[in-house]
Amino acid sequence: MSGKFLTRWLQQNLGFAAAILLLVVLYLVYNILHPRGFSSAVAIQNSNEAVAIVFVAMAQTLPVLLGGLDLSVGAVMTLTNCIASELLHGSPAQILLGMIVTLLSGTAFGLMNGCIVVYGRIQPIIATLATGAIAIGLALLVRPKPGGDVDEDLSWALTNAVADFAETYGIADDGQAWWLSPFADIPVPVILVVIVAALVWIPFRRSVTGRTVYAIGSAEGSAYMSGLPINRAKIAAFTLGGLLAACGGLYLAIQTSSGNADIQQAGAYTLNSIAAVVLGGTSLLGGSGGAIGSLVGALILRVISFYFRILDIDPLLQPLIEGVVLLTAVSFGAFRTLRVKNKLDLFR
Amino acid sequence: MQRLVSAENKPIAIALAFILVILLIGTGYTLSTTGTAPLLSPNYLLQQLQIGAFLGICAAGIMMVILLGHIDLSIPWTLTAAAMTATAIGGDLAVPTALAVGVAVGLVNGIGVAWLRIPSMIFTLGVDTVLRGLMVAQTGGFAPQDTATPLMVFLAKERLLGIPAAIFVWAAVSLAIVVILTRTGFGRAIYATGSREAAAYLSGIRTRWVIVGAFVVSGVCAAIAGILLAGYSAKAYQGMGNVYLLPAIAAVVLGGTHILGGRGRYVGTLIGVILIVLLNSVLSIMQMPEAGRQIIYGGVIIAMLLVYGRNQRVLS
Repeated sequence: MSGKFLTRWLQQNLGFAAAILLLVVLYLVYNILHPRGFSSAVAIQNSNEAVAIVFVAMAQTLPVLLGGLDLSVGAVMTLTNCIASELLHGSPAQILLGMIVTLLSGTAFGLMNGCIVVYGRIQPIIATLATGAIAIGLALLVRPKPGGDVDEDLSWALTNAVADFAETYGIADDGQAWWLSPFADIPVPVILVVIVAALVWIPFRRSVTGRTVYAIGSAEGSAYMSGLPINRAKIAAFTLGGLLAACGGLYLAIQTSSGNADIQQAGAYTLNSIAAVVLGGTSLLGGSGGAIGSLVGALILRVISFYFRILDIDPLLQPLIEGVVLLTAVSFGAFRTLRVKNKLDLFR
Repeated sequence: MQRLVSAENKPIAIALAFILVILLIGTGYTLSTTGTAPLLSPNYLLQQLQIGAFLGICAAGIMMVILLGHIDLSIPWTLTAAAMTATAIGGDLAVPTALAVGVAVGLVNGIGVAWLRIPSMIFTLGVDTVLRGLMVAQTGGFAPQDTATPLMVFLAKERLLGIPAAIFVWAAVSLAIVVILTRTGFGRAIYATGSREAAAYLSGIRTRWVIVGAFVVSGVCAAIAGILLAGYSAKAYQGMGNVYLLPAIAAVVLGGTHILGGRGRYVGTLIGVILIVLLNSVLSIMQMPEAGRQIIYGGVIIAMLLVYGRNQRVLS
């Protein structure tokens, strides 16, 4: 019975399963090759560098599930990064307020995207191309020059292991409590990602709105005729995308203690997020996949770049290898064409 | 008049009107600050068009791909790769080699999208990354020292009969695209494939070759833009094509081409390019800081599309 269930799950989530397998193999080999592999320090450093792209990839997933694309995720991340770099200092209450304002501004931007797409009836890809420019402009207004002021305790606590977090804020006997020891070496960023995934993505996916997002991606007309809340789902998808992108921007500000309204960086994040979504097994045509897959896809992209540090590869060859790996990975999607029985199914 | 307001021409008419508005605002601004009207002098406009030629040629190529409902994100590094190989080869072979680079990239893109059936969005992005990698490995990450050949410099900078040669190149490319789209079977096949590929396939169009053909045109156009741009700045440099991708897509869409394919006229793209070029030049005359430019740029695209780019409401 369970075997049957597993087979069916595999058939439905082949891309996701392959992505997880690839990530596990890549990361195990990485740790074996690394001189200080399987240590907390390596895990902390790796997870810190992965968080922003993980959040941005999760943000990109929702519009992709609709069958659209959000070209503004990188820009929204940059905008929230700049806002956070202005606000995250002062008393604990001020910092908390700053975080909330940051997340809300990203959410509001997502809401604006959603309203333009739904009520303006403009294709998501072109609407977000334009709003992305607006987000970059706002980011430049907030922070014309790179820099910023982020609370040092906060920055230290959130970018290290759980024990350091507890020590910084003096909870659980400064991180020495017996009940904390099983978790003491887990990097805080990992926990943050898990919390956001569990509290934002999973409830959303199980809700009617979330199911509607999938239904729209499969067949919008049928979803409409079935009485599903099309407009609400679309707006919710973009709004949630904005919130997740803001999580990425907020974390980037905390990690780097600064904000940088860099157009190139925003574009790179957007493009990498699309690559991560595809690697994670979400179809660009919409209707299948999920944010957890994109999380895995983003991690794969990051682990590949980690390899360059431990292997003695000419830095000049790195972009080429990155590109070839990306192209090869997405080309595996071509196996689908071999399984198609009716040739017409190939044409969307 | 009847024809002007037909559904297909509405975007073109509105974009044209918007160009006039931009010119009026810009002229009003210069008249009030310096008392001159440089925007209306033919010389200034020709100069703007000369700079606009790079964008216009990129947009012409990407329009072919967008008409199919696909997209070509490999434009930036196709352009750069073509420019870099052209300057590296030098001599009489520079221009043909650059064009060959464009054809080769187009073929790879087309095969990946048409045969492997990988979404163009991600495949061309991968090709772009690989090209960037190749160029970084080749040049060591710096601007190559090779200079553009005299022919390239002539095409980009010199004037012929008082008109910049780049505008003639742009006009030739435009003419070729218009002829392809309106007078050849390939053009018809592009519209058919873009509307519904399955139907086009069933009516005997070899849709895979149509897709390959469109990507090759896009690659060649990017290569031509690369040749011109290298000639204009006398050499090739890293990331020279990065600023052309998104404005090119925006120009095509502002010109009324449907981003999902099947609909659009080349005149619209032409007007879209002119609109973006003039918008940029007016903003730089006003010495608008980068932040304001980005916001206005995005706002204009949204506003124009709200006026005419709206989709049908999904009702069944």
